[in-house]
Amino acid sequence: MVFFIIILGPRISERALELLNLPNDGVPKLLLDIGCGSGLSGETLSENGHHWIGYDISQSMLDIAVEREVEGDVLLGDMGQGLGLRPGVVDGAISISAVQWLCYADKSSHEPRMRLKAFFGSLYRCLARGARAVLQLYAENMNQSEMIMTYAMRAGFSGGVVVDWPHSSKARKEYLVLTCGPASLQTALPKGKGEDGEMCSDEDDSDDDENQTVGVYERNRPRKKLKVNKKGKSKGKQWVLKKKEQMRRKGNDVPPDSKYTARKRKAYF
Amino acid sequence: MRLLTHNMLSCNIKGVTNGFPLKLEADKWVTKEVDLNADFLRGIFPKIEWSALLAAARALGFAELPEQADASMLSSDDFLRRFHHALLELHVEEGALVCPETGRKFPINKGIPNMLLHEDEV
Repeated sequence: MVFFIIILGPRISERALELLNLPNDGVPKLLLDIGCGSGLSGETLSENGHHWIGYDISQSMLDIAVEREVEGDVLLGDMGQGLGLRPGVVDGAISISAVQWLCYADKSSHEPRMRLKAFFGSLYRCLARGARAVLQLYAENMNQSEMIMTYAMRAGFSGGVVVDWPHSSKARKEYLVLTCGPASLQTALPKGKGEDGEMCSDEDDSDDDENQTVGVYERNRPRKKLKVNKKGKSKGKQWVLKKKEQMRRKGNDVPPDSKYTARKRKAYF
Repeated sequence: MRLLTHNMLSCNIKGVTNGFPLKLEADKWVTKEVDLNADFLRGIFPKIEWSALLAAARALGFAELPEQADASMLSSDDFLRRFHHALLELHVEEGALVCPETGRKFPINKGIPNMLLHEDEV
């Protein structure tokens, strides 16, 4: 079991780092590794030249990380208690197979919802504007996925889910890709890996044609627009007054006209 | 734990309004040399709370940082070396981080700060 994780681990963290979409400027960034364990995923970050701070709730796992002399600093902490970092200081965050644990009631008996709220709230705050968090997770069921997504959105994140190898029960991986700030071209998600019916092999990292991106969640709804008729003219005051008169003649209860009737309002609310 | 990390940490206890900076009490620390990357230093500088870095470095016996720092100093190799050393080369192995508001101590063992909050602190 441990062997399996060591082989696949770096591959998953490479993908998570890729999904962070960091600028390709050769400048090391300051990243978080949430649920860093013994430092396997953190090593991927170090190999790519970045500095990182790791969080884990297991002292024994962190002891191993220290023994292995990982280059990042590791902290013993519970992400459900909040990350305790200053606002806007982190350039990106990854998490491999850890965030789903927030959905389970932990020994302190605090509600999962409070923990999800504390985690995502503190994560959002500590990320720089436009920075991403990529959380690879194994949600037990749709309820968990949705709960996690809901609290991420409430904290202010926009984003969605990238699914690699959706048709392979063994290889399937879900990455929750969150951006700190409103949705924009920069937050557009890449396509998931995997082609219909094809067996995925560990060696095969080629881009496949059939791609899957599942569920993009926009935090901001589209702006309301002025109603326009077929000629592209907006329905003005005259039209409104005429309509109201028509309704009155029909016998409907219509508010009296005033200086406020069909007054120009801002195009968006 | 390096001072880069210390500079980012803030006390998370419920009700605490200003948990930064955590006071550094160091019983054991070591120096580990790493390559200097000027790009990284210039990029991280705006995010560093200088007075917190200054105080933490002094707690580790490193008094070579200027009292105040501004971005113009980043063109000086000498300044970059000192900044680099304080930020990335000093590792606290044993000691504690102390909340400035409550006095609560978060112990550091084997370089790992224990930031776990008690039941009543959440």
